[in-house]
This record gives sequence, C-alpha cells and structure tokens, in this order.
Amino acid sequence: MKLRRSMLFVPGDNAAALSTAFVYKPDSIMFDLEDAVSPREKDSARLLVFQALRHPAYQEIETVVRINGLNTEFGLKDLEAAVRGGVDVVRLPKTDSADEIHELEAHVVRIEKACGRLVGDTKLMAAIESASGVVNAVAIATASPRMIAIAIAGFDYLVDMHTKRSGGSEPELFYARAAVLHAARAAHIDAFDVVYGDVNDDEGFLREVTIARQLGFDGKSLIHPRQVELLHRAYAPTPQEVEHARRVLAAAETAHHNGLGVVALDGKMIDPPVIEEAEMVLQRAEAS
Amino acid sequence: MRVIKEAIAGTLESSDLLVKVAPSDTGRLDIVIQSEVIKQFGKQIKRVVTDTLDKLSVSEGSIVIEDKGALDCVIRARVQAAVLRGSDSDEADWGKLS
Amino acid sequence: MNNFLTQLPRQDAELGQLRPFAGANAQTPYLANSETKFHRKLCGSLEEAIKRSGLQDGMTISFHHAFREGDKVVNTVVDAVARMGFRNLTLASSSLLNCHDPLIEHIKNDVITQIYTSGLRGKLAETVSNGLMKRPVQIHSHGGRVHLLQTGELKIDVAFLGVACCDEFGNANGSHGKLSCGSLGYAKVDVQYARQVVLLTEELVGFPNYPVSISQDRVDLIVRVDGVGDPSLISVGAARVTRNPRELLIARRAADVIEHSGYFKDGFSMQTGSGAAATAATRFLEERMSRNGITASFALGGITGSIVDLHKKGLIKTVVDVQSFDRDAAESLRTSPGHLEISANEYANLTSKAAYVDRVDVVILSALEIDLDFNVNVITGSDGVMRGASGGHCDVAAAANLTIIVAPLVRSRIPTVVRRVTTLLTPGESIDVLVTDHGIAVNPKRPELEQRLRDARLPVMTIEELHQRAVTLTGEPEPLEFTERIVGVIRYRDGSVIDVVRQVRN
Repeated sequence: MKLRRSMLFVPGDNAAALSTAFVYKPDSIMFDLEDAVSPREKDSARLLVFQALRHPAYQEIETVVRINGLNTEFGLKDLEAAVRGGVDVVRLPKTDSADEIHELEAHVVRIEKACGRLVGDTKLMAAIESASGVVNAVAIATASPRMIAIAIAGFDYLVDMHTKRSGGSEPELFYARAAVLHAARAAHIDAFDVVYGDVNDDEGFLREVTIARQLGFDGKSLIHPRQVELLHRAYAPTPQEVEHARRVLAAAETAHHNGLGVVALDGKMIDPPVIEEAEMVLQRAEAS
Repeated sequence: MRVIKEAIAGTLESSDLLVKVAPSDTGRLDIVIQSEVIKQFGKQIKRVVTDTLDKLSVSEGSIVIEDKGALDCVIRARVQAAVLRGSDSDEADWGKLS
Repeated sequence: MNNFLTQLPRQDAELGQLRPFAGANAQTPYLANSETKFHRKLCGSLEEAIKRSGLQDGMTISFHHAFREGDKVVNTVVDAVARMGFRNLTLASSSLLNCHDPLIEHIKNDVITQIYTSGLRGKLAETVSNGLMKRPVQIHSHGGRVHLLQTGELKIDVAFLGVACCDEFGNANGSHGKLSCGSLGYAKVDVQYARQVVLLTEELVGFPNYPVSISQDRVDLIVRVDGVGDPSLISVGAARVTRNPRELLIARRAADVIEHSGYFKDGFSMQTGSGAAATAATRFLEERMSRNGITASFALGGITGSIVDLHKKGLIKTVVDVQSFDRDAAESLRTSPGHLEISANEYANLTSKAAYVDRVDVVILSALEIDLDFNVNVITGSDGVMRGASGGHCDVAAAANLTIIVAPLVRSRIPTVVRRVTTLLTPGESIDVLVTDHGIAVNPKRPELEQRLRDARLPVMTIEELHQRAVTLTGEPEPLEFTERIVGVIRYRDGSVIDVVRQVRN
C-alpha cells in the first residue's frame, strides 16, 4: 500500500528546486509543467523535467508530472516527455469528464509502446478544478484501472463556482471535498485535498490538514517543502491509535493462524476494512 | 540538427546555467564555458555539453555557457532547449535526448 | 638628622640602589596641572595618538572585530599610519571582514607586511590567496590568538581599539552608546597584552564611565574621532530565523540528534556557531526543551538573538558572551544580569587557567568541507581561495562533549563531503556528528552515540555513503592545482602548524 500523504509541487522550470526537492522526502513529487511555468518556458521546462525524471535521486521517490491539458499546444509534448522520462504518474489538470481520461490513456498506451515501456506501467491521476469535474468525479475516478488518485484543486474550482476561499470552516469547499472523497472511495483510489497557499501560516495550514484528515483525505497537495514535515507529523497516528492498530493486526494474525474465518477483538467482530485501516495506521507510524 | 538562429535557454540563478547558441561563421563548433566551478568541474561540464551536442548531431555553431553550479542533468536540459530553440526543427526527437 | 642616604648603602649594597625621594610629584608631574591631570590621555587627532604611542617601522599593531562589517577602525588607522610613512608593520586583528578590502593597497605598498588573523574574506582574501604577500598570513583560532600572545610569538606594540563609549581616563565598554556592539571579548585581550593601548571612540562620556569592560588602568591614549564604525552594519537586527527549507530541515535534524544524544539533560550547556542552520537549530531545541522541562545552564558564544530569546524565556539560565552578533544580543548584555561578558582568554584559550569551552556539552558548528576522516575545513572554498575564518571552531570542538557539524551535502554543485579537505583546520578526532540534508554520519570513535541515534530511528549512514551521494549528484571534482608557494599558515589552538594554504595555480 503506497502511502500518499504528501505530494510536493516542484515548478518544472526551476533548476535549483529540481536539483534538491528529493531531500524533503515527500511521498510523491509532482513536477509541474502547467501553472508554474510561463508559456515561453514550457519547452525548456519540459526538457528539465525529462532529465530530472531520469536522475538517480528521483528513482526512489514516486514521481508525478502535471502536464498541460491535452487541448493545449503543450499537453501532448509534455506527455511524451513524461512517459518517456519514466514518470510514475501523469496528473491531468482540469479533468471534467471520464472521456478526458480515456483520451489520455490512449495516448499513454501509444507512447509506452513507442518507447518500449511496459504497457500499463504509467499511472494516472485527475485534478478536479470545476463544477463539471465535481459532478463527474465518480466517472473520472473509475475511468481507468491506471487511476491511482483524484485531487481537488481549490482555486480554479472556486472561480468556476463564482466564489472564493473564506478561511475558517469553508462551506464553499464542502461539497467538492465530499464528492471527490466519495469518488475516491468508490474507485478505491487516493484522495488529495487542496493546496494551502500561505506558506508562512503554519497554524492555518495545520488547521486545514486536521479537517482534511478528519474527512478522510489520504493526502494533500503541497507547494512548499516546509509543509512536508508539518503534514507528516499531523498525519502521524497517536500512540493509542498505534497500539490499537497493533492489537487489531495481532488478532487478525491469530485468527488466520487458527484457521478461523472471523476476526474478533475485545468481543467485537473486525471486518476486513478495519484490518486494512490498521495496516495503514502502522504504515503512517513507521513513516513519521 | 542545425543551429540557424540565435537562441537562449536557462537562467543565471544558482544551480542553473545560461546557454546561448548562434549559427557559426567558422563552420566549426565553438564552445565557451564560464563557470563558478570551472576548476573542479570544468572538464566534466565540457564533456556533458559536447556529448549533448553530439547526440543532437550539432556539428557547427557558437555555444556560450554561463554556469552557476548546475548539475549534469540541468546542463543537458538547457543545452537541448537552446539548440531546439535555435534550430529549424520543432519536434524534440526523444531518442536523441536521452 | 636622619642621614639614611649615606647609611643605606653602607649597610647593604642593594639598599644603596634605591632611589631617594625627590618630591611628591617627581614621577607624576601631570598631577601638578589640573589640565594634564584629567586630560593627559586625550589626543587631538589620530595622528597625535599614533605619534605618542611610539609606533615605529616593523612594529605590530592590533585590532578587534566586534564591530563586524561596520568596522572603520582598521581602515582609518592603517590609512593614517600609511600617510605618516610607516612601513613593515605586522597587523594582528582578531578577524578581518569584507570591509577590510582597502588593506590591499597598503599591503602592496609594504605598509603592512605580515598579518595575523582568525579569518579573511572578500577581495583581500582572494588577492592574498593569489600571492599578494611575501610572508604568508598566520591564521589562528580565537583561543589560539591569546596563546600566541602568551608565548610571546605575537607581541602587540600598539593596540587600536574602537569602543562604543569611553571616559577621558579610558574606562570603556561596547554595550552602551550609538555604536554599541555588545561584548568586547576580543579587545579585552589586547588591552592586557599590548604595550600601548589606544582607544578610539565617537562618544566621550563623563567620568567615571561604567560598566567597565576596559579599565582605565590599562589604557594609554584616547582619541575621539568620527567614523569609528557604521551603526547600521554593526548591530543589525537579530537575523530572522531562516525560512530556507533546506536549512530548516538540517536544523531540525540537528535538534533531533541533540535530543537523543544522551547529553540532553536539565542543566546542559550549549553553543551554536553563526551560520543559518546552526542558529535555526536553537529554535527547534526550544520546543524540545519546553516539552521535556529541560533548562540549559549556559549558552556560550558568539551570541545571537535566538539564544537571547531562550534566555528571556528562562530556558537558558546564563548567557556567556565573547561576541554579540546582533542588536538583541547587545541589548541583552546591557540589560540582563545573567548575560556575562568574557574575554577571548576566558572563552577559549587552552593555556588560560580555565576556558569556558571546556564546559560545553553540545556545540553546533558549520563547515565548508568535511572529509572521510571527519576533518573540517572552514577557511578555503572548494576553489582553494580563502574565504572564511577559523574563529572558535577548533577551540570548542576540541573541548565540547558533543561536536555537531551542520551543512548541506552539496552547495549548488560543490560537495561538502569530500575525500580529503582542501585545508585542515579542525581535526576529525574533535568532530562527533555530521548532520546534512541527506542524512547523518557519526564518527566511528563514538559507537555508543551512533547506536543511540539509530535507536531513535534517525537517518544515520556512514560518511562514505554520504560522500557517495554527493558524488552521484555532482560528479567527482578535479583535484585543485596549487603552486609550491605557501600563502597561509594554519595554526591549531596550541600554536602548532596543522596545515598550510598554497597559492592556487591559475
């Protein structure tokens, strides 16, 4: 089970950032060719990312590339660079429908074949940035077996909704968060919460992380390396949670050992989802 | 690939490099490298640059490099970008860029 | 009548050597005149002070660097002695900074022909590294400088010391006044050893001035001049804790190492260097100290606003200050009874009767290079040119219980971990732990410490592994080429020669 708590955005045209981002050990690194890069530099950034993907330092971390939309003049070229560079996951921005995932997948298959990469090796994720994306979230999330995550991108979504972030409990994001989460769960993939833009506001960041974690988000898109450590600590289970998880797994182990079909702890039945959750708790504890 | 016009790629930020390419008036490849780490890595940088140009089949042109301590992968990328921008070709031939 | 004058020598030849009384003010004629009684030390100009000091060609003049980049004393005095025609002087400054580039001209003109300093920077360092001087620069540590004074190798003829305020008898300090720089820890040593002490001040205040960092009983001459220092550069505001994520990562890791080192107990003592990661570590230590109810008995240094902050919060009981790096530190020296000013001798000299460094539990220092034997270079860049300072590095590293080096594994394309340091300043046997953004390496002679850190699940690896990672990133650097000519001699704290700096081949 791949932990995906932190997805660190790295601007694709920033040589210094590309040369050092791996030291922060986020769960995933996302090289951004879209919003972070000006149109005049798209070609150069694409080459930087291509080279970075092949660098030894990035072989041990899950790599993601946010390509430009396929409806732009850049998207397909980005995709070529990303797949040929060996990226783990391609992130499609502004995904509005399942068709867009199908279209993306078709191109990915073509490129994988052309460059001798194992077909199916490249995974996909979608970013939901509009009302259409939200209402089509389930279809998008289940559009392909390559889909491993779905993220909500707050800024563009709220523009589409004719509103903006309010701070505090943010009712304007509630439905989108809930929709994306449900889509993720229905598709058995990971859900990423919105970017928190104020890199100097640790308290605000942690408040939002607490909400996201409580809602059930697996992780969050991050725009600054400082946020990685903060997020990992916030996602670390408490000692009590760890203890409980250990006991659940011990009970499962015992039941398995004794050939029993039902797992019980403290007189209660333990369903498979609970066991899976206990595994994730221990994984998070290990990683923090 | 031929360099048919002047082009620039990269920046003078730390860990990056500025690459200027121009068509050659000597019919040769003229490479000039200025670097913050010329003593320690000058040879290595020259190697990476010529290797990259070689793979792109660039045999003539003026290449001027101002390096601010960039790693090899960044050097490759910026040289490729400058050459592509200065060339008559629009498409990156990915086979030659590895 | 008591005819003892003839009796004394008759009784004993030695007694006959004693001088007879010749009047109440025979030896103190200045007391007869109230003008000279009070004002005899005051000089109308720097030139007058230099004349009266008895300075001659070939002598040694000294300075301190508590005014940091705001110092004007070195340039003003050396300009003056040059104008007055002096030659072949030895310049002994506790350190030299970027603002001292004007010395280049004076060196070219043979006004200064020998330098003793703990560090060199800027164009001066570059030109010296490229062979400017006939005689190599002597690079010493802060403690080592005092040792050289004690052994007599370094003999200060005239010390020119800038102070923040001073009365006409020479009672002076660095903590009060417009040019307040905080502790005069280095100046105090010159006052003790120099033949002639000249104080330079912009503020002459009423008698008696206090607090007394430099006492009247060791001061010969005083000159009031404008341009002793630039206040905007002396005491800048406390450096905000860095926001650079890499430095923060390293700083947090260093705090983790301290927490699990076995030295993190109530009453422990600490020191941090002036680098960004080192001072940021103080902030991360703070939360661990609060959480565990641990207070430090003292912090030594090189004092920054971060240390003062913890002192104010009651987490550091005493601050022991040989140099105040910023305005907050200077302010704290002024106002807090628990903030002490000490001399470089009390700080770090191995032949003083007791040095504070001997009592430090944990110190965090930086490095330009560190090699596979944990030897540290803080003086030459990877291009072989001098650009740093020995400072108190080898002093505190030798004495502290736990010496931690913090540094990024690579700086742009320059690896910090190398096969062999370009210049050896602090020997590996004094270094315990290296903390980088890629991981932590522990000196093999501290296996129990390494085990403790591994048990705490910190990212510990061998220094060879760290080196490998650096090489994978940057490639293997070409070895530097030097000429045979020695341009710098690196003196360990005990006066021995530990390494030399050669002229780079261009």
